[in-house]
Amino acid sequence: MLFLLQDGITNGAIYALLGLALVLVFGVTRVILIPQGEFVTYGALTYASLSSGQMPGTARLAVAMGIVAFGLDLFAGRKSLNRRLIGRAFLVNIMLPVVIFALTSWFATRHAPIAVNIALSLLIVAAIGLFLYRIAFQPIAHTSVLVLLIASVGCHLALQGFGLVFFGAEGQRGPALSDAAFTAGPLRFTGQSIAVYAVTAAFIVGLWLFFGFTLYGKALRATAVNRLGARLVGIRTSLSGQIAFLLASVIGAISGILIVPITTLYYDTGFLIGLKGFIAAIIGGLVSYPLTALAALVVGTVEAFSSFYASNFKEVIVFFLILPVLVLRSLAAPAVEEEKD
Amino acid sequence: MTQRLPIVVFALVMAAIPFIPGMPPFWIVLLDNIGLAALVAMGLVLLTGVGGLTSFGQAAFCGFGAYTTAVLTTAYGVSPWLTLPASLLVSGIAAVVLGIVTVRLSGHYLPLGTIAWGIGLFYLFSKLEFLGRNDGISGIPPLAIGSLRMLDPGTIYFAIWTAVLLCALLTTNLLDSRTGRAIRALRRGHIAAEAFGVQTPRAKLLVFIYAAVLAGLSGWFYAHFQRAANPTPFGAQAGIEYLFIAVVGGAGYVWGGVLGAAIVVILKEILQSYLPYIFHGEGQLETIVFGILLVALLQLAPTGVWPWLVARLPLRPDRKRPDTSLVLAARPRAKASPDVLLQIDHARKQFGGVIAVNDVSFDVQAREIVALIGPNGAGKSTTFNLITGVLSSSGGTISMLGRNIDNAPPQQVAKLGIARTFQHVKLVPDMSVLENVAIGAHLRGRAGAIASMFRLDRSDEAKLLAEAARQIERVGLADQIDALAGSLSLGQQRIVEIARALCVDPILLLLDEPAAGLRHMEKQRLASLLRQLRDGGMSVLLVEHDMGFVMDLADRIVVLDFGTKIAEGTPQAIKNNPDVIKAYLGTVA
Repeated sequence: MLFLLQDGITNGAIYALLGLALVLVFGVTRVILIPQGEFVTYGALTYASLSSGQMPGTARLAVAMGIVAFGLDLFAGRKSLNRRLIGRAFLVNIMLPVVIFALTSWFATRHAPIAVNIALSLLIVAAIGLFLYRIAFQPIAHTSVLVLLIASVGCHLALQGFGLVFFGAEGQRGPALSDAAFTAGPLRFTGQSIAVYAVTAAFIVGLWLFFGFTLYGKALRATAVNRLGARLVGIRTSLSGQIAFLLASVIGAISGILIVPITTLYYDTGFLIGLKGFIAAIIGGLVSYPLTALAALVVGTVEAFSSFYASNFKEVIVFFLILPVLVLRSLAAPAVEEEKD
Repeated sequence: MTQRLPIVVFALVMAAIPFIPGMPPFWIVLLDNIGLAALVAMGLVLLTGVGGLTSFGQAAFCGFGAYTTAVLTTAYGVSPWLTLPASLLVSGIAAVVLGIVTVRLSGHYLPLGTIAWGIGLFYLFSKLEFLGRNDGISGIPPLAIGSLRMLDPGTIYFAIWTAVLLCALLTTNLLDSRTGRAIRALRRGHIAAEAFGVQTPRAKLLVFIYAAVLAGLSGWFYAHFQRAANPTPFGAQAGIEYLFIAVVGGAGYVWGGVLGAAIVVILKEILQSYLPYIFHGEGQLETIVFGILLVALLQLAPTGVWPWLVARLPLRPDRKRPDTSLVLAARPRAKASPDVLLQIDHARKQFGGVIAVNDVSFDVQAREIVALIGPNGAGKSTTFNLITGVLSSSGGTISMLGRNIDNAPPQQVAKLGIARTFQHVKLVPDMSVLENVAIGAHLRGRAGAIASMFRLDRSDEAKLLAEAARQIERVGLADQIDALAGSLSLGQQRIVEIARALCVDPILLLLDEPAAGLRHMEKQRLASLLRQLRDGGMSVLLVEHDMGFVMDLADRIVVLDFGTKIAEGTPQAIKNNPDVIKAYLGTVA
């Protein structure tokens, strides 16, 4: 029993991380981030590839997306092109991914320590996340949630396809962050699971501090509440979106790196993991961080128990978990008129 | 007949295609698949494009349709034609259950909820023993009429496309009716529709079931076309694809669904057959291109291909003018009309710590124009919302014709003969003025969804439209009757709202800032219209900031300030009331 609970909490912590990222992105950009799962797989499999001394294809993708983003930046600013604008666009969109690419190819064949591999994986996925927003969402940032959602689905399809190209259909596992383990009563804690708890807790506190106490955090929240208002007080809403995507992709990649030593990941596993993060985020109402974290723990625990007692129907149970929550939400929903499109 | 012509031509072309000599059978299969996808997409058009309810779960309803017939025909030997109603019924019932849970969800919860149960159902299909788990069910008998067994794609083609055409026709009919207008109003929020008696939760559930039944029909065909059913085509990916089809074609247009299905199915086929040659067969390239195309399309043409195409075709459907000689029966009303229509007694509304309306009492008598004035934030619109049931009151009583209506739903209030306009105009911008105004007569029509689909509603419908046209003429917008409501100036849109309210056949008209945005002449015309209505026996309660307009028109004025009534009386008395002057201009220091 207890080990199921422990298992559930470990899973739940990962879902909590993803749920937080989803809430963050939705709050700032109104994008329901279906490709969150791809950030997970990209992070995990990039890390696994690097550990086995291979050059991950995601580094190439980052460069390619950077070039497209550069083109879009130039096109968007064609009316007022100046050296500073071009310079900045070049720095962010071309130099950054190229440097990451160079570093990756240098370290890939040299069996770098785990920390370097993790850092490289995070950098690569962060760049992809940043460019993803720039390419796919920034041009349609003003449209309805539905249009953004469908664009998000398109991104998911494309990124998942790339995942297959880069990593093949076979699953991979990565090396554990630490081999330490200790036993407390009937439970055995591995270094890996401790890392999962620690990182999740750190992120929850970190996000709370970021949004509560920093200027950028407040700017992001302001964008979430009212884009136009935020622009009028001088917040660059496109920057807010990029920051949100950057954070989300880093969180996704970290979750991936945390779980790839525990479970074998395939190019398409991320989608399902991401969706479970969703369940947590929806239960949390897409607004509340603590509620989302709590809900994620519940989802993880339910999953652990149902995989033990009714393994065939594990996914069915997890995904239908949402229905009672939705019923409660719809009963409690206030009659607020939404102004759409 | 001119409107039907393109459809007839299309039907003839589709019927002729299989007889073209040398037609590759592969193309026929492709057309079959397009037809199957079009059925689902059409439901989505109604659900998402028209009704504003996004669903990623339509593939699951196909699954219900397909598995129902698969189980019944293979395990129980039931004839395929008998399983058709069963398939439709099962998908319909599933839609009722899921719909009751999900359609009340607002905004983004709905699509997310549909993703969740869509995936849940997919896993359920692939785990249940009697559905054959992951392998599914095979050996499903083909459709047969007498001795004609629809074994090859060329014969079932006719069945599929007959169904597509019929469903397109029924759906178009449905949209062009009393129920259809209610559905089309859903996307713009529920308050305006409910103020005219539309049961919005019921209308949402209706489109949800309709879309699910169409998906179930597609699933039924699929099972007999493939002669097998397995979970893969009913998963999340397929659900996403159907939504994609609807958006590509043009989510608001029935034929957009068919066009979208053609584009996507053919595109996928091309990508699958040619991409490996170009890129030397590395993995799932078509999904990559598919995803990128989807994102690119949304950036370039977010409304889809169909409206773009129609704008370039020389088709201009001429609108039929409603025959205004038809008379719509008056709304049933109480026989003896008392002197006091509306009585508000210590009405109160609290939002947390803010008291928006603080024990306000006043009444509106028969044949009277009462103005509710006060500085911004005085609680005028909140009072309106209390009367019309949009907000629930925190205390006091409101009664209409002696009947207590506090906390009655808006539809109930409309039935008693209270019609309103809104401070922020709430029209459906992509519907014509005539259709918008006809929503006002919703409660005076009877025809339901089924009747509209089969065009049994025409006499009822003609009377509703005639009434709408008469009211539009009455407010002086006859020239704009066919214009899209969104293309009118704000002032004209307010007048359209008045015409819509008049369609209720009200005894009390609630107007929230009707003169805002009107020019001087238009204001005068409005004032004379309101006087004329009063003389005809109607009462008017209006909120207005234009003092000249109010003083000239109102029989009596009620003044609110910070939620409290500070004065009531004739325009002359109000003008000289020191409290009113103080509220508007402040005290002299």
